[in-house]
Amino acid sequence: MTVDFAIFAIVFVVALGSSMAMLFAKNAVHVALFLVAAQVALALAFLLQGAFFIAAIQIIVYAGAIMVLFLFVIMLLGVDRRDALVEPLAGQRALAVGLGLLLAAEIVYVAARGVDLVAATGGDRALGAINEDPGNVVALARLLFSRYLLPFEVTGVTLVVAIVGVMVLAKRIGRMGTSVAERTEPREEVPV
Amino acid sequence: MTSVAPGYFLALAGLMFTVGAVGVLVRRNAIVIFMFVELMLNAVNLMFVTFARMHGNIDGQVVVFFVLVVAAAEVVIGLAIIVAIFRRRADANVDTANLLKW
Amino acid sequence: MSEQGFNASLAPLIIALPAASAAVLLFFGRRLGRASGWIATGAVTAAFVVGVVLFTAMLGAEAEHQHNLRRAAVSLFDWIRVGDFSVGAGLLVDQLSMTMVLVITGVGALIHLYSVGYMQGDERYPRYFAYLNLFVAAMLILVLGDNLLVMFVGWEGVGLCSYLLIGFWFDRSYAATAAKKAFILNRIGDFSFLLGIFLLFGVVGSLAFTDINIASAEGGIGAGVAVIATLLLFGGAVGKSAQIPLYVWLPDAMAGPTPVSALIHAATMVTAGVYMVARLSPLYEASGSDATNVVAWIGAATAFLAALIAAAEYDIKKVLAYSTVSQLGYMFLALGVGAYSIAIFHLVTHAFFKALMFLGAGAVMHGLNDEVDMRKMGGLRKVMPRTGWSFMMGWLAISGVVPFAGFFSKDAILASAWASGQYALWIVGAVTTALTAFYMSRLYLRVFEGDLVVPEGAHPHDPPWTMTAALVPLALLSLLGGIINLPEGLPSALALEHLLDPVLGEAVVPHGNTAWLLATAALVLSALGIVVARGLYLSLDGEDRRSRLVRRLHPLVDAARNKLYVDETYETLVLQPGRDLAVFCAETLDKRLVDGIVNGIGRMLGAVGEVGRRVQTGYVRSYAALFFVGAVALFSILLLKVGT
Repeated sequence: MTVDFAIFAIVFVVALGSSMAMLFAKNAVHVALFLVAAQVALALAFLLQGAFFIAAIQIIVYAGAIMVLFLFVIMLLGVDRRDALVEPLAGQRALAVGLGLLLAAEIVYVAARGVDLVAATGGDRALGAINEDPGNVVALARLLFSRYLLPFEVTGVTLVVAIVGVMVLAKRIGRMGTSVAERTEPREEVPV
Repeated sequence: MTSVAPGYFLALAGLMFTVGAVGVLVRRNAIVIFMFVELMLNAVNLMFVTFARMHGNIDGQVVVFFVLVVAAAEVVIGLAIIVAIFRRRADANVDTANLLKW
Repeated sequence: MSEQGFNASLAPLIIALPAASAAVLLFFGRRLGRASGWIATGAVTAAFVVGVVLFTAMLGAEAEHQHNLRRAAVSLFDWIRVGDFSVGAGLLVDQLSMTMVLVITGVGALIHLYSVGYMQGDERYPRYFAYLNLFVAAMLILVLGDNLLVMFVGWEGVGLCSYLLIGFWFDRSYAATAAKKAFILNRIGDFSFLLGIFLLFGVVGSLAFTDINIASAEGGIGAGVAVIATLLLFGGAVGKSAQIPLYVWLPDAMAGPTPVSALIHAATMVTAGVYMVARLSPLYEASGSDATNVVAWIGAATAFLAALIAAAEYDIKKVLAYSTVSQLGYMFLALGVGAYSIAIFHLVTHAFFKALMFLGAGAVMHGLNDEVDMRKMGGLRKVMPRTGWSFMMGWLAISGVVPFAGFFSKDAILASAWASGQYALWIVGAVTTALTAFYMSRLYLRVFEGDLVVPEGAHPHDPPWTMTAALVPLALLSLLGGIINLPEGLPSALALEHLLDPVLGEAVVPHGNTAWLLATAALVLSALGIVVARGLYLSLDGEDRRSRLVRRLHPLVDAARNKLYVDETYETLVLQPGRDLAVFCAETLDKRLVDGIVNGIGRMLGAVGEVGRRVQTGYVRSYAALFFVGAVALFSILLLKVGT
């Protein structure tokens, strides 16, 4: 057991443990916090594999902005109440768990075949070289503004669209009026 | 760079992905479901990073960058919609939206 | 274009005249009104005149080689030309066809004249004459055609007109039914006829009579094939000429107007079968005794059984109808023993006296408010002298009394039967002669002789001059018509036979003493029939004798009175099963099976949908579960495919 592997083990436990805990947490806030924990662990995993910039972005954007947004909304709606334990849909849980196990087994199988792969030799060194020479951020930037320029611009547009969309959805008409989204929402009294 | 073989990282990512999928199916709170989707996206990010390492170039990390951006946009709009739907009610149970049926 | 011999270009005119008249009457009849009858009669008379002219020209022309055959062909147009199959439309003018033409147009014209009086006041008067003209045109096509297909056109045409005319008073349901019955039974015969045509075309390669007859004579048609072909063609004759087993339509056809019965069901249409067999005589000769025996025996059986039924009928028209069936049987008997020209002789004389008697019956009905039951009539000659005397001529002719026409033709038939060595046929024919004399005397004596008996409210009188004017010539022909073919030793002996022999071949008849003996025997039998009838119907204690006789022979009488149960047999064996089959097809097959399948498919789809719709639970999570299932499945498949 090398140090590397020990560190990996910690990462593994935290990430997967948080994920499983998410499944069983009753309170929505707890779920969010467990997700944050998992994301932090993942950031460490990124670091371990030479994705420095991505690790930073993960913490700042994902854990720091997106999850905060989640928490805001949870607090806003006040939906942190407990979920009822009884599952109304018959067989849903069994199906989910069964498929989950199946998928997990398959993925682990595939992953196991990749254990001996080249990465231990050429890939590691190449990536390390890139991280050395122009540096991780510079290399990323170079790719981003050359080969992947179009997707980059598109993501810019995507963000603008998202902002505008949210503004439209949430805008209230009149002083005490309802928002556009609310007015298209079905009324509460509709029998279900 | 760690000396741990990439396969382990892939296994971790796969398991997290599976947990995310199961969670989507099992939980009933709309926001919680959304969070499990984010968990799946995170697992995928880990996979891409691992692939970048396996291939020895940065392209995988560029993909992760884009995934991150899109996830951010998606979360924003998704939450706005959820707010719009569930604002009146105190409960965000997705099972209540079951009118589109036979 | 006509061949050597004589100019026959007038021939198409014979057909064109009544055809054009029919067309005119069909389109403009309503406007022409009363004139339609005269136009129609004029057309047929004109056709007769043209026929006479053509006939004379034919007689005066040079004979075609040694057989004294006088023939001319008139080619009208190229009809069908498909691959190897080519049929032209043309006319064949020879002694046989011209004889038929004269009978058809001559008797036809008289009947048209009669109809002017008989159908007066009918609201569809012009339509009647249009149909009648159409019929004459079709019949002329039949006899003048130079190949089987043209003949078949005429064949179908007369069948159609028969249907139209039997059901002329279509508002009477029994008339409509009778028309259908006639057409359907004819159809059965036509089916057989068509098969024969196909076969002949296949073997000979042509449908022209000349080609077929030459091929038959020269042995180009195998005996077996010839037998089958002749029997198939004879099947058509059985239908059209009302022989056993397809005769049952003829008595029912009496539902039509009486002149129609006279023309179509006595003188012309029903003789088409006889003409067809005669025209193809070389084929029948080539097919040997197997086929000809069938023809002869069916003819003989029909003659006898129909006579039996006629003896028990009370409806005067039905008696005449069965009599026609019986006399047609005689003609086929003659054809079957190879006496083709004698059969035609009888055809001609029968046209005279049978048409005469039908017209006479019509006159009786006209005077008695359409009464047909002979039990309600008696002694009518006293109040309808012209009708009575004319009918008497017909009666004596058919009973075979010398010197009337019927005697000579019937005697000739029996003589040739004897000469063929098939004495059984002669016996049947002889017995039928006696029976014929009996039933016809029964009819005549009951209706016209004895005490005057009329149905209530009737004022019997002779019919108007248009009707009598038709009766007189026919009466004279029935009296004197035998002249055309007197037996040997007498002036104008065998004139008709000599005329027709080049076409039909010589008939074998006994000569000398045998001939005289047979003739005497025939006379004796006829006299027997007449005397018995007189004893039963005219004498004072006739009724007693009748009841005693009926009691003694009562199974036979019952059977005869019930028309030998033939219609009932057909009903049970053919009609009811047919109806049951139709009901079965409609109810079970169509409604249950086919509809069941179609509806079943619909219902099945509905059921599938019913089950399938449950996938739409409305729950987002179920849908998500399905996504997940699909994704895992894909992944698994990929994994398996890629393998290692």
